[in-house]
Amino acid sequence: MYEFEYHRPANLDEVGRILGAREEAKIVAGGMTLIPTLKQRLAHPSDLIDLGAISSLRGIREEGDRIVIGAMTRHVEVERSAIVQRGIPALAALAGHIGDPAVRNRGTIGGSIANNDPAADYPAAVLALGGSVKTTKREIAADPFFTGMFETALDPSEIITAVSFPKPQAAAYQKFPNPASRYAIAGVFVARFPNAVRVAVTGAAPCVFRVPEMEAALSRSFSADAIKDIKIPEGGLNTDIHASAEYRAHLVGVMARRAVAACG
Amino acid sequence: MAEIGRAVKRREDLRFLTGAGTYTDDINRPGQLYAYIVRSPHAHARLGGIDASGARSSPEVVAVFTGNDMAADGVGGLPCGWQIHSKDGTPMAEPPHPVLAVERVRHVGDPVAVIVAESLGAARDAAERLAVQYTELPAITDPAAALKPGAPRVWDDIAGNLCFDWQLGDAAAVDAAFARARHVARIDLVNNRLIPNAMEPRAAIGEFDRASGEYTLFTTSQNPHVIRLLMGAFVLHIPESRLRVVAPDVGGGFGSKIYHYAEEAIVTWAAGKLKRPIKWTAERSESFVSDAHGRDHVTHAELALDAGGKFLALKVSTIANMGAYLSTFAPAIPTYLYGTLLAGTYTTPAITVETKAVFTNTAPVDAYRGAGRPEATFLLERLVDVAADELGIDPAELRRRNFIPKDAYPYQTPVALQYDSGDYRATLEMALKAADYAGFEARREEAARRGKLRGIGLATYLEACGIAPSAVVGSLGARAGLYEAAIVRVHPTGSVSVLTGSHSHGQGHETSFAQLVADGLGIPIETVEIIHGDTAKIPFGMGTYGSRSLAVGGSAIQKAMDKVVAKGKKIAAHLLEASEADIEWKDGTFTVAGTDRAKTLGEVALAAYVPHNYPIDELEPGLEESAFYDPKNFTFPAGAYVAEVEIDPDTGKLSIERFTASDDFGRIINPMIVAGQVHGGLVQGIGQALLESCVYDKETGQLLTGSYNDYAMPRADDVPSFALSTHATLCTHNPLGVKGCGEAGAIGAPAALTNAIVDALKPFGVRHVDMPARPEKLWRIIKEHPARAAAE
Ligand SMILES: Cc1cc2nc3c(=O)[nH]c(=O)nc-3n(C[C@H](O)[C@H](O)[C@H](O)COP(=O)(O)OP(=O)(O)OC[C@H]3O[C@@H](n4cnc5c(N)ncnc54)[C@H](O)[C@@H]3O)c2cc1C
Repeated sequence: MYEFEYHRPANLDEVGRILGAREEAKIVAGGMTLIPTLKQRLAHPSDLIDLGAISSLRGIREEGDRIVIGAMTRHVEVERSAIVQRGIPALAALAGHIGDPAVRNRGTIGGSIANNDPAADYPAAVLALGGSVKTTKREIAADPFFTGMFETALDPSEIITAVSFPKPQAAAYQKFPNPASRYAIAGVFVARFPNAVRVAVTGAAPCVFRVPEMEAALSRSFSADAIKDIKIPEGGLNTDIHASAEYRAHLVGVMARRAVAACG
Repeated sequence: MAEIGRAVKRREDLRFLTGAGTYTDDINRPGQLYAYIVRSPHAHARLGGIDASGARSSPEVVAVFTGNDMAADGVGGLPCGWQIHSKDGTPMAEPPHPVLAVERVRHVGDPVAVIVAESLGAARDAAERLAVQYTELPAITDPAAALKPGAPRVWDDIAGNLCFDWQLGDAAAVDAAFARARHVARIDLVNNRLIPNAMEPRAAIGEFDRASGEYTLFTTSQNPHVIRLLMGAFVLHIPESRLRVVAPDVGGGFGSKIYHYAEEAIVTWAAGKLKRPIKWTAERSESFVSDAHGRDHVTHAELALDAGGKFLALKVSTIANMGAYLSTFAPAIPTYLYGTLLAGTYTTPAITVETKAVFTNTAPVDAYRGAGRPEATFLLERLVDVAADELGIDPAELRRRNFIPKDAYPYQTPVALQYDSGDYRATLEMALKAADYAGFEARREEAARRGKLRGIGLATYLEACGIAPSAVVGSLGARAGLYEAAIVRVHPTGSVSVLTGSHSHGQGHETSFAQLVADGLGIPIETVEIIHGDTAKIPFGMGTYGSRSLAVGGSAIQKAMDKVVAKGKKIAAHLLEASEADIEWKDGTFTVAGTDRAKTLGEVALAAYVPHNYPIDELEPGLEESAFYDPKNFTFPAGAYVAEVEIDPDTGKLSIERFTASDDFGRIINPMIVAGQVHGGLVQGIGQALLESCVYDKETGQLLTGSYNDYAMPRADDVPSFALSTHATLCTHNPLGVKGCGEAGAIGAPAALTNAIVDALKPFGVRHVDMPARPEKLWRIIKEHPARAAAE
């Protein structure tokens, strides 16, 4: 780790002030991604602004037919939340399979989404559920939010405050984990709404993406059979020592069918 | 009493589980500095100038040393402890192994310089300002490719990268047997390279006492005396009398902490230069590139059988990766710990094995849990299954036909070993019964109805443990003896300290050795203390590896106890005014035969230390005895494992549904500790079979699996509950009848699992699946087979 100044402000205004004053400042939430990066000296922020003391960023509440989760809410809190378990059980289950207990007790939904790791789980949920990301400046819909590998629509001084999810009729997430890291080699989140079905894929490509062909087929007939002949093109999918693009393309199909089946 | 055989809870666990252990990194010495090792980012490069002026610019940086500095000070290279001769009689190629690289770097992670600073942060900062000039050279990492003409040379003067070309066994007899064989089964396989990953990364603290001129090294070692010997005699030229090596609590080794590593010499030497203690602790990613790796064989093997399925002969040809340098015991692993095991549990009358050991631009490869024996077992048990399949004989039946019968001991194999005891049929039948082998087909059908491919596989194994008779290993090239030492010190009030040269780094010696002593001296276990891991306390020791601690270290303790009792008898005879011949020793008491006149061990000890009424003309005061025990033979644990797996044909994902292990470890001192050792070994074997694989980039020689993001370690949910059982045939040549249990699981599990996987995939025409059997590999086998392709 390189040296940095550590701040733990009590409100967002103070965060904004420090971010404005210090060009190389960085926000730390759960630190599960950022701290390993710092330890490997892959980042060199001048200041670290810990969001941990800002209570308004934490917590889960229902707002009509939506569930709003504060950015600093930890994975374990989403997993165990009665509101999430009732309203979007697939999201609670997803949170319960992120990393290991230590990671789930520190990592936050805001941090995960801001980071947009190509193999992370939450981005699939946000995109498939058609959630929106609330920030200190605006509210960004899921589709324009995830822009590329580790890239989002956030501008450098923008902070995620919460993520808002509409409650689906049914939803399910199926993840084929990387045996080493347990991140997704291919993870598919399927969400069914009265007027639409959304399918989002993580782990397979440089960035989470939707599968319009599957969505259309499932909108016509919501069954695993309806998508059994839909092949995901390999082009643009990742190949690494863990899985080829061909295998990932295949797994997306299998996970999607299983997710549809799991929607009941 | 009778502690032996009881599942005594591990006395060390309270300390470990409550964070009260003392590991090397927990130790901090007054005035301590921190070392950071600058390592090569290249697999192979010419080392140009090193400009340290930038690194030295910080006031917190105390020193920067390079290989040239150490060479100029007369520091020697890291020695290799075993010399192999090629089949033409020439000694192995033995290149130098400088502590810090000079002129060339030969693998990613090769140490180049050390920065010593007041804080670790300052040392790391300075490392970024160290300007090292590298001129990259072509690299070679694949052992088979390294032998090919035109391959880049790791060492300019070693043609074909060949370290040695070794052979064992009667090749002519093998050829003759093949000529009359009815069937020959063949296999080509790879034994995948592994990275050990002990829970505690390596660490070392060097210290120099200006008053006494004595050096101390605290280090994460399985064998502190061996480190003292190697580093003192060959590297730093410090006499034993002025070098103390302490291996305190050590969090796992699995072989990787046997060897003398560069960092130990660096901190000790630099502490002497700077006259301040220096600590180095590996980061996990540093461990990946600097710990010795394991396995990495490429093998072709053939088994000749007669019409009845009897094994006639075995022919094995192996290429073994040594890495860039020879680690301490590296040459012994693919030779005398491998070729000699190829008879396994079978009566195969003729065996020949040749091993070509090669240098590559990778981290050194040495012993890793099982060391040579897992490689031998894997190929033998895979080959037997191939033969069984080709001949249409049930794999269990084929093994039964070829087992060495239980009345054939001592049994001389054609590959040098003489087995003292065993009953392979007994452990096989136990395992088959416990695994419900007979009922498997019903389970296969039930799985098929759920769309799953179910397979069953078995493997027997035999290992040579209790390493090792010194004269025997000496004749095979060992540059050390492999006995063990102990002191049994009975204190004046009857409590006992036992000093052992064995080293516990997870094995539970503080408990099982105490059980041995409690029974041996007839005293409560609470009064026995086991001390290990410090050359200033323990007379000598060769340490812990090769499942040798109880068989060799325990036998040394037994010998010392025998001497204590012998002396105690003399003292008791004096106190009881009886003749020594009339004194009987039982359950901690010396009794005059046929009377009730008796003295306890405590009373005898007190008389020995307060010798007022004492045979002082014949006997020295005190009650403390030391012993060295050199084993007469190896011990031969053996057993049978049965694995049952299910594969999801849609994804290739595999789950282990059942795993049954039946082992013969000889006498068992603590069944709970034994079960724990088997569990750990099995999980490591499962890791090798299903998950773990060290991958270097073939072009650049970069390590692609350099963290847990990419190197898949087994976790609790990757493994099933294990069904364990044991059957004991006692070792005939050590006083305890024990054989050793530390490596068995890692030796037998990979073959049993792979056999189960091949069985599950039989409908797809599979003969062999290389490890690790990752899902994509299995999915491809299924998908690419015409039967499946047609169904799609
Ligand atoms: C061993 C391990 C296993 C893991 N396994 C998984 C897995 O299986 N699946 C998975 O999805 N993830 C996994 N993760 C990642 C984990 O979920 C992280 O917690 C998450 O990606 C980042 O969240 P964090 O709160 O720790 O963020 P931090 O590490 O604190 O921050 C990450 C990045 O986001 C920025 N940031 C944080 N909060 C905000 C905010 N409110 N607004 C704007 N920017 C912000 C930070 O500046 C930083 O750049 C794993 C992590 C580890 C260490």
